Amino acid sequence: MHQQIPHESAALHVTGEALYIDDLSSSPSLLVGRVVSSPHAHARIASYDLTKAMKAPGVVAVLCAKDIPGHNQMGPVVKDEPCLASGEVSFVGQAVFLIAAKTDAQCRAAEKLIDVSYEPLHPILTIDEAVASNNLLGPARTMQRGDADTALRSVAHVIKGELRTGAAEHWYLESQASLSVPGEGDEMAVYCGSQHPSETQTLVAEVLGVRKKDVVVEVRRIGGAFGGKETQGNHVACWSALLAHATGCPVKVRLFRDDDMIMTGKRHRFLTRYEAGFDNEGILQAVKIELNSDAGAATDLSFAIMERAMFHCDNAYFVPHMHVVARVWKTNLPSNTAFRGFGGPQGMAAMESIIDRVARFLHKDTSEIRHKNFYGLNSNNTTHYGQTVEENRLPRLFDELMESSEYYSRRVTVQAYNAANEFTKKGLALTPVKFGISFTTTFLNQAGALVSIYNDGTVLVNHGGIEMGQGLHTKMQQIAAAELGISIDRVRVNATNTSKVPNTSATAASSGTDMNGAAVKNAIETLKLRIAECVAGMFNEKNPSLKTSKDDIRFESDVIFDSKHSERKIDFAEAMAQMVLRQVSLSSTGYFRTPGIGWDREKGVGTPFRYFAFGMAVSEVLVDTLTGATTLLRTDILHDAGDSINPAIDIGQIEGGYVQGVGWCTTEEIKWDDAGNLMTHSPDTYKIPTARDIPADFRVKLLENATNPNAIHGSKTVAEPPLMLGLSTWLAIKDAVSAVANHQIEPEFSLPATNEVILLSIDNLRGQMKARASKQVSA
Amino acid sequence: MKNVLIKTTINGKQVELDVRPNMTLLDFLRDEMGLTGTKRGCEVGECGACTVLLNGQAVNSCLILVPQIDGQEILTVEGLAQGEKLHPLQESFLDHDAVHCGFCTPGMLISAKALLDHTPDPSEEETRVAISGNLCRCSGYQQIVDAIRETKHVGES
Ligand code: FES
Ligand code: FES
Repeated sequence: MHQQIPHESAALHVTGEALYIDDLSSSPSLLVGRVVSSPHAHARIASYDLTKAMKAPGVVAVLCAKDIPGHNQMGPVVKDEPCLASGEVSFVGQAVFLIAAKTDAQCRAAEKLIDVSYEPLHPILTIDEAVASNNLLGPARTMQRGDADTALRSVAHVIKGELRTGAAEHWYLESQASLSVPGEGDEMAVYCGSQHPSETQTLVAEVLGVRKKDVVVEVRRIGGAFGGKETQGNHVACWSALLAHATGCPVKVRLFRDDDMIMTGKRHRFLTRYEAGFDNEGILQAVKIELNSDAGAATDLSFAIMERAMFHCDNAYFVPHMHVVARVWKTNLPSNTAFRGFGGPQGMAAMESIIDRVARFLHKDTSEIRHKNFYGLNSNNTTHYGQTVEENRLPRLFDELMESSEYYSRRVTVQAYNAANEFTKKGLALTPVKFGISFTTTFLNQAGALVSIYNDGTVLVNHGGIEMGQGLHTKMQQIAAAELGISIDRVRVNATNTSKVPNTSATAASSGTDMNGAAVKNAIETLKLRIAECVAGMFNEKNPSLKTSKDDIRFESDVIFDSKHSERKIDFAEAMAQMVLRQVSLSSTGYFRTPGIGWDREKGVGTPFRYFAFGMAVSEVLVDTLTGATTLLRTDILHDAGDSINPAIDIGQIEGGYVQGVGWCTTEEIKWDDAGNLMTHSPDTYKIPTARDIPADFRVKLLENATNPNAIHGSKTVAEPPLMLGLSTWLAIKDAVSAVANHQIEPEFSLPATNEVILLSIDNLRGQMKARASKQVSA
Repeated sequence: MKNVLIKTTINGKQVELDVRPNMTLLDFLRDEMGLTGTKRGCEVGECGACTVLLNGQAVNSCLILVPQIDGQEILTVEGLAQGEKLHPLQESFLDHDAVHCGFCTPGMLISAKALLDHTPDPSEEETRVAISGNLCRCSGYQQIVDAIRETKHVGES
C-alpha cells in the first residue's frame, strides 16, 4: 500500500497487447457502422430517400429514426436527445442515418447515395444570441449568503467586469467507438468506451425496446475520456447496437477523429459577469457573480455542471456576502458535456480574475491578496452554501509552496527583467484550488463490487469503476492485495461489466477510487470473515486447547495465521483450496454509499461534498509582446493527495491535469463559423499541448503528512482538481501582459489566452497608455 | 483498383501480400497483419499514435501508402521486445509510470527508439522535441520524457 507499483496493464501497453475497442477482433461477419450526420445547425428534414443507398455494394442496412425499435430518446437526465434526428436537426454533426456495410469505403460510398433535403431554420450559435432570444434551457438558479447588494453599497472599492471562457475538446487519444454483438433472443453485448456502463446499458435497452437483463455492457479500458465519455459514449453504443440488431451481425462504429470532434460536445463556454467589493486591504466583502453557460442543443449534464460552477466560484476564498445567479442557455451546437472539472474551472476562473484585479487595483502582489482571502482554519471557514471547509490545507500549501518556489525572490527578478526588456515580458502567478469531492446529486454517491477468490489463491476483482488511464484498476488491485495480505500478482481486476456489478454510477466526479475502493474493501471484509471462521476452526481441530478465535486471524504476506499463536498458520493458496473443500463461499459482493453528505438543492445549502481536495501552483511565463507567443518557464505544484495510495500515478495525474488545464487556458481554441460549422475540427487546427509546450522546469510534489480521514486508506482523490492549476499559467500570462503598462492599467483578457488574445490585449493597453499620456500633455 | 504484390519485412519477418495500393501502412498493419499495437489516433499525421519505424526512421504510418514499403523494413511496437524480454525502453516506461491510458504508448516508444538509436544520451530538450509529434492527453509528458532519458543502454543493468 502507499507505494509505486506500475499500472496494472502497463506491461500490456508497452508491448502493444492491450486491447481497445478498435482492436477487438470479432467474427468474419463483422460489419462497419457509419453515422451520417446533419450538415445544418438548425433545419427541418424535408424529405429523404434511402433506397439507392440500401442497394449499394456491401451495404447491409441503412437506418433512420423510424427504424428504431424502442424509444428514440436518450439523455442522461432529461430525455431531450434523439438517438437519430427525426423531423428536425438541431446542430451540425447530429446523427440522422446509420449505415452498416462490409467496409468503411462501402459505407462512405453509400452515404453519397442518400437522398436528403433540408429546409434550413435560423440557428442560435452564441450565448449572446441565446440571451437575446431568451432561449433558456431551464429556470435560473441562485445561491447566496448574506446580502451582497447592501454590502456592495458600503464597501470601500467596487470593481465590475466580464469574463469569457472558451469551450474545449476532450481529445482523448482513442476516439469514440463501440462494438455490439447480438446474441440469442434479445441478447446484446456491447463493448464500448463508456465512463458509465450502467447508463449505456439502460439506453441501449431503451432504443432496442428490450429489457436491461438482456443487455450487457463491458468496458475493458478507455484510451482517455476526461468526461467526454460520461454521457456521449452512449450514442456510439446505441448506434452500434441498433445496427447490430437490424443486421443480426456484430457491428463496430468508430468515429473518425474529425467526426468525433464535430459530433460530440465540449466543455461549456461561459460568459460571466461579476461585481466585487473589498476594503483597503484587499479583503473581499461582497461578490455578485452571474454565470451563463452554453449548453448546446440538449440538456445532457448541463445543470449539474452549472451547479458545480456555482459551488466553485468561491474557489479558495471566504466571501461574507455572496450572490450567485446561473443561467443555462440553449444553442444549436452539439450538446456540451462533462469535462474534467465539470464547471469548476469556469467558476474558479471568474473568482481568480476578481482576486487578480483587486491586487492590481491596490497595487499589491496577487499572492498577498490571495493569502489574505483564503478560508481560515477556524474562522471564516464556511462556504457560501454553508459547508464547513474542514481539514483546510490552504495555509500550509501556501507557506510551503511560496518557499519551495522561491516566489518572492523570483518576483524581484521578474520585475527587474520587465524593467530591462521592452519586447518580452515575464509574468508570475500563484493560484490555489479547492475542489469538492462527491457527486452533487447525492444518490449517485454509491458503488458496488464483486470479489471472487479461486481455490488456487488468486483473486478476481470486479467493480463498477472504469479504467481510463487514471490508474483506478491499479489502485483497486493494490487495495484488494493489501486487504487480503497477498502479493499483488495474485490479484486481477476484471473488465467492468454490467452483468457483474449492476446499477453503478459513472466513473466521474473524482470519486472513482474513494467509492469503488470502499466497495472492494467491503466485499473483502465479508470474505475474510468467512475465511477467518473456517481457518480458526481448522486450527482448533488440530489442537483444540489453544482455542483460536476468528478475531485472532490475520492475513499477511500470503499467509493466514493466528496472531496469538503465530505457529498456527496456513499458506493463503492452501487455505483457499481448503475453503472450497469445506464448502465456504469464496465470492462476495461489496457496497459503499458515501456517508455524511446531503444538501437542499432548493435552498442551495448543505454539505454536498465528502471532503475538499486542495492544490496550489506557481507558474512563470515569458511573453513575446510582438507575436503573442508564450513560453512556460517554470511551474511548481504542491498538491494534496492525502496518504497517496500510489504516488507515481498521482504525480502523473497531477502533471497531466495541469497540462490539460494549460491547454484550455492557452492554445485550445474552439471556433464555429456563422453557420455553426466547427472550424477547429482536426488536430491541424485544434492544438492541445505537446511535449514542447510543457514548462521548461516542471516541479511537482505531493503534500506530506496529509492523511485524509474521509477516504480509503487516508488517501485523497487526484483526478479533476489539478486541471484548475492551469489557471496559474493563465494569470502569469496576464501578469506579463499587464507589465506592458507597468501594472497601472487592467488588461482586457479572456480564456484561452491565445496569441491573438494576448496581442489584442497588449494593443489595447498601449492605446490606453497613449491616451493617458496625451491627456497629461494637454492637461 | 488493381491489387499490388508487396514484399516487406515486418518486425524481422518477411511478408508477401497482395493488397490494394491505396491502403495506408496503418490499415495494412492493423487490418491485414493483425498488428493492432499501432493505433489509429487521427489518421491525418498529427497525433503520432501510429508511429512505426521505416528503415529505422520514425514515420506516421497513416501517411504512408503500402507501395512505399515494398522492399523496406518496418518495426512496430510488437517488435520491440525480444521474446519475453522487454526492450530497455519498455522497462523504463514501466519504471517511470509513463503509461496512463496507454493509447499513445506504442507510438511514443517507437519515436523514443528512433531517438535513442542515434542519440543514446538525449538532453531534456532533444527528448521533448523527438516526441513532440506524439500527442499524449493523459500524462503531461514529463514521466515519458524521464522514462526515455533514463532508459538503460542495452547491456547496462
Ligand atoms: S494516426 Fe497517424 S498521426 Fe495520428
Ligand atoms: S497515456 Fe493516454 S494519451 Fe498518453
